[in-house]
Amino acid sequence: MSADDVSRAVRRMAHEILERNHGADQVMVVGMQTGGVALAQAIAEAIENIEGTGVPVGTLDATMHRDDFGLRPVVPEAVTDIPVDPSGRVVVIVDDVLFTGRTVRAAMDAIHSYGRPQAIQLAVMVDRGHRELPIRPDYVGKNLPTRIDEIVDVNDEGVDLGEMA
Amino acid sequence: MRQRGPHHLLSMADLDRDGIEQLLNLTESFAEVGERPIPKVPALRGKTVAWLFYEDSTRTRLSFETAAKRLSADTMNFSVSSSSVNKGESLRDTIETISAMGIDGIVVRHSAAGVPQQVTQWTEASVINAGDGWHQHPTQCLLDLFTARTHFGDLEGRRITIVGDIRHSRVARSNALGFATMGAKVTLVAPPSLLPSSLEGWPVAVCHNLDEALEDTDICYLLRMQLERQKQAVVPSLREFHNEYGLTVARADRLRSDALIMHPGPMNRGVEIAGEVAERPQAVIGEQVANGVSVRMAVLFLLLGSGLDVVDNNRIAA
Amino acid sequence: MSDVVLKNATIVDGSGSRQGDVAIRDGVIHEVGEKLGGGDTVDLDGLVLMPGLVDLHTHLREPGDEEAETIETGSRAAALGGYTAVVAMPNTNPTIDSAAVVEQVRRCSSRALCDVVPSAAITVGRNGELLAPMAELVRAGVRIFTDDGRGVQDPRLMRTAFEYAAGLAHLAGGTAGSASGVVLAQHCEVDELAGHGVMHEGEWSSRLGLPGQPAEAEELMIHRDLALAGLTGGRLHIQHVSTAGGVEMIRTAKAAGIAVTAEVTPHHLVLDHSHCAGFDPVFKVHPPLRTAADVAALRAGLQDQTIDAIATDHAPHTQQAKECSFLDAAPGMLGLETALAVVLTELDLDLSTVVRVMSINPARIAGLDHRHGGPIAAGRPANLTVVDPNVSWTVQGSTLASRSSNTAFEGRVLRGGVIHTLCDGEFVVRDGEATR
Repeated sequence: MSADDVSRAVRRMAHEILERNHGADQVMVVGMQTGGVALAQAIAEAIENIEGTGVPVGTLDATMHRDDFGLRPVVPEAVTDIPVDPSGRVVVIVDDVLFTGRTVRAAMDAIHSYGRPQAIQLAVMVDRGHRELPIRPDYVGKNLPTRIDEIVDVNDEGVDLGEMA
Repeated sequence: MRQRGPHHLLSMADLDRDGIEQLLNLTESFAEVGERPIPKVPALRGKTVAWLFYEDSTRTRLSFETAAKRLSADTMNFSVSSSSVNKGESLRDTIETISAMGIDGIVVRHSAAGVPQQVTQWTEASVINAGDGWHQHPTQCLLDLFTARTHFGDLEGRRITIVGDIRHSRVARSNALGFATMGAKVTLVAPPSLLPSSLEGWPVAVCHNLDEALEDTDICYLLRMQLERQKQAVVPSLREFHNEYGLTVARADRLRSDALIMHPGPMNRGVEIAGEVAERPQAVIGEQVANGVSVRMAVLFLLLGSGLDVVDNNRIAA
Repeated sequence: MSDVVLKNATIVDGSGSRQGDVAIRDGVIHEVGEKLGGGDTVDLDGLVLMPGLVDLHTHLREPGDEEAETIETGSRAAALGGYTAVVAMPNTNPTIDSAAVVEQVRRCSSRALCDVVPSAAITVGRNGELLAPMAELVRAGVRIFTDDGRGVQDPRLMRTAFEYAAGLAHLAGGTAGSASGVVLAQHCEVDELAGHGVMHEGEWSSRLGLPGQPAEAEELMIHRDLALAGLTGGRLHIQHVSTAGGVEMIRTAKAAGIAVTAEVTPHHLVLDHSHCAGFDPVFKVHPPLRTAADVAALRAGLQDQTIDAIATDHAPHTQQAKECSFLDAAPGMLGLETALAVVLTELDLDLSTVVRVMSINPARIAGLDHRHGGPIAAGRPANLTVVDPNVSWTVQGSTLASRSSNTAFEGRVLRGGVIHTLCDGEFVVRDGEATR
């Protein structure tokens, strides 16, 4: 995907979010640290461009809710900032790549320690498959079939597929 | 899965500057957890931490207990009442008994220096020193560093004046080491009868004149004066101590406006600190207590959950 | 015919070193010469034969604390360490402060592997208040009096003890102030100044947050007792001197003609207070391990004969008494089985000096020179030790003969091993093994 492809996908996902939720009233967007933060910001801006009103944007580091403690060194590194009470809102979790689904599972747990959302939805730029949990994205930039040992890199220039070192 | 032995936090000497930085950064994450409506994360789910407090300390124990519960660890309290454990009882028996129950961490408080370090030889669990005699109190030091960092950012070149009964203070030993490691300039102020007999190897300056030391200090750190010291005649009277070495209203008035007043608690108002001074906005004693929970979360998580090698128990013991 | 002939030995005693054979009959050295034969012949080629070692300072714990040590296990440890006589400290339970307890110790010593020589307390119950019945004790054979474990705090009482002891010399078969008289041995430590110090007060106690006791707590009492010995003409022995200042005061006092002798322990000659850094209570001992400068001064004092003897202060403690906090742990460490090897390994002393400070001088101080520490010559009791100065071994507390295992030298590789020990001509240690 080129950078243009990515911005087109962002605009499309913003439209889908608004369509699905009948506007932006109850929507808040939460970017996963660290890959989803910029994307969440981009989606929020796209929503504002379309609707003329902004939506709350948060960031979330779900490290503390992971399920792989003891399997490898784990340490929270980035800021969690949930600016409004998510209770009663539609929380759209945004991440760059959806892979096993474990980070999203952790994120859903984390969101619940801030309140009880009306719904949680998931937006990802790339769905690369290989899910290990029954999790499916609501909004997808691109479905990208991969081998399990490949690396997907989403950055300012777009999306690259690489080999694992 | 990486194999490693248990890691311990026994002394501020276990941490170098990077290790302290990492711990304080982690503390910020946990401070955020504490602000959530549900301030609890599952990071230490399935881990068991035992409290082994040979010396009463409701405050420190509650702080650790809150920290462990916010991390979803199970806790158990091995109450060491004077009736069940005689002075001089074999520590080893106690530790091996607790360890046999399958625990991941032991938080030890003891009136004798060195006990946490001794405990490490009889258990596979991580040992955290919650204060040992006059030796060390590393989590107090870390929460003090965190509090100071919140106000000043980088502590490099900042001046901290630690005042009071240095000789009998584990807080002084930990803080002298910890603040110096972070680049701060540490000055100890006490009558010589309350200083250690030797300060060889201590990264500190010494001053017997509090007024002089407080000029231009960033932090005035007051130690708790054990009231029974008066009976041991290390100072003529608490009144004289207050006049010479206490943070009186007059002295507090001369502090720089951005200087902090810190105290590990509980305070003896009218002895090391004038009652009114303790209520000033510069006195961040309540903040210290609040930060204690976050710091202890960070320590528990780092030792029991993170899998990181931040502490180095082979650094020179001090 | 001889019972035992020790052949081809390097014989080291007070008169120097020579090669030869030693023939023993009826517990007594029968002949020293060359090409002796008959009886149980033992080749000592490459080994050193010396008078049996004498320890001026042994805690055998019996009666009272047989969990830590008994006279039997302690004397076995002594024999394995090359000792043929040990002076048993009186801080037992009950205290050795009457002829009856002396008798009890002697009875318990019937199975001992070496001579067990009871000392007795200066004050009743070692309480520092009333003088023990010293005449009764001297009549029962006691020559050394000490409240070891603590010093006699009251200077007036100590003065009286010196004066009273001087009058007992005739019972001891000597004269006042002579080597064969009655000796007051002092554990020099002023309690009020030592406070509750559990280690040397200085750099390490300050850093570790452990209460320390200053060198001056020892030096003050050495100073006082030297003055009192001068005042009364009494015979003083300074136990386990540990400070540079103490050594210097003893040196000056000896030059001034005061009747004083002094001992030092192997651990104070080798270890310093930095060993406490790991909070291992095995290094808790009274007097405490001091500074490196003190260690150097003690070694110099030994070299110039200011210090007369090396004494172990063998202090067995159960695991229970040591596996607690440094504050609560019992002070003291084992010594008998490691003393000679520590001295041979760590100190630069020739063998005749070793014999002087570990056998001849302590025997003289304890009034045992008729049986121990004498020349290896015909007619002398056959209390002998055979040492291999070159063998290396690793100290392991759990394998020591002592009932306790609190050695401060755990894991150290030491050079010098005791091969045989003979008491009155009987092998109590043979080929490195206790015979009973």
